[in-house]
Amino acid sequence: MATLLEMRGITKVFPGVKALDHVNLTVEQGEIHAICGENGAGKSTLMKVLSGVYPHGSYEGEIIYDGAPLHCRGIRDSEAKGIIIIHQELALVPLLSIAENLFLGNEVAKNGVINWPECFQKTEGLLKKVGLSEAPTTQVGKLGVGKQQLIEIAKALAKDVRLLILDEPTAALQENDSQKLLDLLLELKRQGITSILISHKLNEISRVADRITIIRDGTSVSTLTTDAISEERIIRDMVGRDMAHRYPERTPNPGEVLMEVEGWNVWHPEQTGRQMIKDVSIHVRKGEIVGIAGLMGTGRTELAMSLFGHSYGRNISGTVKMGGKVVDTSTVTRAIAAGLAYVTEDRKQLGLVLEEPIVKNITLANLAGVATRSVISRGREQQVAEEYRRAMSIRTPSVFQKVVNLSGGNQQKVVLSKWLFTDPQVLILDEPTRGIDVGAKFEIYTIMNELVAQGRGVVMISSEMPELLGMCDRIYVMNEGRIMGELTRAEASQERIMALILKNETAKVA
Amino acid sequence: MADGAVAGGKGIGAHLGGHLRENGMLMALVAIVLLFTVIVRGLIGVDFLSAQNITNLFLQNSYVIIMALGMLLVIVAGHIDLSVGSVVGFTGAVAAVLTVNMGLPVFVVIPVCLLIGACIGAAQGYWIAYWRIPSFIVTLAGMLVFRGLTLWLLNGQNVGPFPKSFQSLSTGFIPDVIGAGKPNVTALVIIAIAAGIVVWLGWRARGRDEKFGITPEPMVMFVARNVVVAAALMFVGYKLASFRGLPNVVVVLGLLTVLYAFFTENTTTGRRVYALGGNEKAAKLSGINTDRLVFLTFVNMGVLASLAGMIVAARLNSSTPKAGVGFELDVIAAVFIGGASMTGGSGKIIGVVVGALIMGVMNNGMSILGIGIDYQQVIKGLVLLAAVIFDVYNKNK
Repeated sequence: MATLLEMRGITKVFPGVKALDHVNLTVEQGEIHAICGENGAGKSTLMKVLSGVYPHGSYEGEIIYDGAPLHCRGIRDSEAKGIIIIHQELALVPLLSIAENLFLGNEVAKNGVINWPECFQKTEGLLKKVGLSEAPTTQVGKLGVGKQQLIEIAKALAKDVRLLILDEPTAALQENDSQKLLDLLLELKRQGITSILISHKLNEISRVADRITIIRDGTSVSTLTTDAISEERIIRDMVGRDMAHRYPERTPNPGEVLMEVEGWNVWHPEQTGRQMIKDVSIHVRKGEIVGIAGLMGTGRTELAMSLFGHSYGRNISGTVKMGGKVVDTSTVTRAIAAGLAYVTEDRKQLGLVLEEPIVKNITLANLAGVATRSVISRGREQQVAEEYRRAMSIRTPSVFQKVVNLSGGNQQKVVLSKWLFTDPQVLILDEPTRGIDVGAKFEIYTIMNELVAQGRGVVMISSEMPELLGMCDRIYVMNEGRIMGELTRAEASQERIMALILKNETAKVA
Repeated sequence: MADGAVAGGKGIGAHLGGHLRENGMLMALVAIVLLFTVIVRGLIGVDFLSAQNITNLFLQNSYVIIMALGMLLVIVAGHIDLSVGSVVGFTGAVAAVLTVNMGLPVFVVIPVCLLIGACIGAAQGYWIAYWRIPSFIVTLAGMLVFRGLTLWLLNGQNVGPFPKSFQSLSTGFIPDVIGAGKPNVTALVIIAIAAGIVVWLGWRARGRDEKFGITPEPMVMFVARNVVVAAALMFVGYKLASFRGLPNVVVVLGLLTVLYAFFTENTTTGRRVYALGGNEKAAKLSGINTDRLVFLTFVNMGVLASLAGMIVAARLNSSTPKAGVGFELDVIAAVFIGGASMTGGSGKIIGVVVGALIMGVMNNGMSILGIGIDYQQVIKGLVLLAAVIFDVYNKNK
């Protein structure tokens, strides 16, 4: 195998920070090369250097691509050479059709006039390659995230890609969509396309990657071949220490029932007649972590948000009891007063005011707690923020730092702090570890254990089954808006959870 | 990562850099005033900082500042209000009809007009907040509707003059109860007390910051800024006192500025408006009644616009169908020059007042110099653009 790309001694300095320090990366022709590292280790910066976002001259070191030095002045230069990067946040225009998106900026046109028949024909060919059977005229916004991700890959193929870079492509995907995407990567590899895969998910990496480069603190730590790697080894290289336990120890000690939901029904906010949550009954005990398993889009978030101040859906019926008494959770304010907190899965859109400092985000849901007759005490507010900064070990130079500047893990700790300051009895955590690195995950788990030790109840929604199995005392399995079953810690296993999900599918077929 | 890095250092330079926007605007205002002083004296031999001109400056620009206070809240909440100019015209017309045609006393007319302003704000805010109709559309409609109603109410004619009591809203002065004669001792005392309070509040805030371990601004900076502010206040006060005393409008303006600054920075509701503008969904999920908050910012805007409408009518001593035409642009420009963000979520009252003063000083200075309205518009447009470019540049740096 010939070497396609060699990055040697790449150093990139931002004012005050050395983001990359002599990083080396060698990618062979036709391989899938994974890059692993904690958030902030420098993976994305490295890819931005490669793709020309940081132009030649703004970094030190050299890049040899296809046997010749690569000097990119911008993304256009790198794309012309067949280097195409697919970012974590998809760059599709939701209101345009698939065909329009695929050839955006690269239209099938002569003298500025689009040749639609040819465009559609090419689109169909590309869609076939990525295994999609949508019409080329379908609006992209109407597709799910999984399909949109495939469209992004088709878009790269439309540009004659030679080196495809995927930045955490499966972060927002559920299990079966992820599998499809990984299969596609393997298929592309057979066709001779080289890929760089940035991912946190170790099982995916070991499934598809030929080699792995691990980056820590802006330097490349090691490059391993997949035969020689174990998940433990990767984790050790990533965090720089052995992580004997991925989930902190806890002795379960459930007390009396804290929250009880009975006969909960929710209809879709726009589409009439579409029931999203069907007769759901769940309960949470004091000091208990209860998991909700299920694929994405099965109503887990909808359940949580409808419980929390009817923030989702319409025609909501059912009762919520806290400590045996029926409570009104029909507005967020009432839900908070009843002792409920919901930590969203989408912290940037729904959880944080990104341009505001940490201190103002933490007190937002309980301003009364730092105010006397509606007048905020800045001092008290800062004390509260400092307390949570210490308790949660939020890593920041100051609590006056804007949260937009924090890493994913630290942002999540700010959201958690905000909700803890409302002193809830039950916290619903929706994908609490999404998009954060292994080290920060462990910290979040530890915080969860402290919460239940204080006698609170925690509901954890997650798409990652190992995490549910490692953390929860009890797991509800959800599918298509229904609770399909309930497993105790002892009973639960990935197979049994999948079996409960599939029970519905087989029932439907039969 | 790079974005995790924070500029370290605790020198004066670093502090200035961190507060470039606030200090920059203040410095720009001082620079513009000095520039005009020099040019006006050099070219036509008139004192730009004469007592009369300073009084005029406030009388001419009071309405922009008053409305800019409310517009800041609207813009921070992520909206816009294009109707304020027409509301100024309409409430002025209502005031004229009530006082001149119907002979109602001032103490009835003022509250009635303020109430009408609140109702106008509520009517527009209702569609914006609860029906989610873009504020641009609703207030554009309002701009047409209330201009039309003004024409209808006045029959296309000027109505006036107002009785003395109503005029005093704008052209009245605080009576000199201590001294009698010039300079006006009462005015001096009030200004001195105000300056003292400003410095004292700053000192107290500084002490509190220290107590809670917030790094205070360097002592040199603190002293320098307070000396400049207090000196400027005393200078303006002295000039006002040596002319006709403290205009009522200046007192109203001062009180409103303090009130809104306090509201935006220290109250829970004020904080919530900023959160709403920064991320509406997150604010809603934090238990904030975002719809009602949007509604209330428009009600507030309506009240301030009607107050401005009465001040304008009182100053012109008649209500004209054209009163307030184009005011919305001055007000919105003042808010953006003052550093509010176009997407909502940020902006300060003090910045907005400085922004409005910059616009006012330029209007006044250029008029004295006899610069044509054509050039004036071009220059004002470029200043607005430059201020916003300066902001964006600083953010991206």
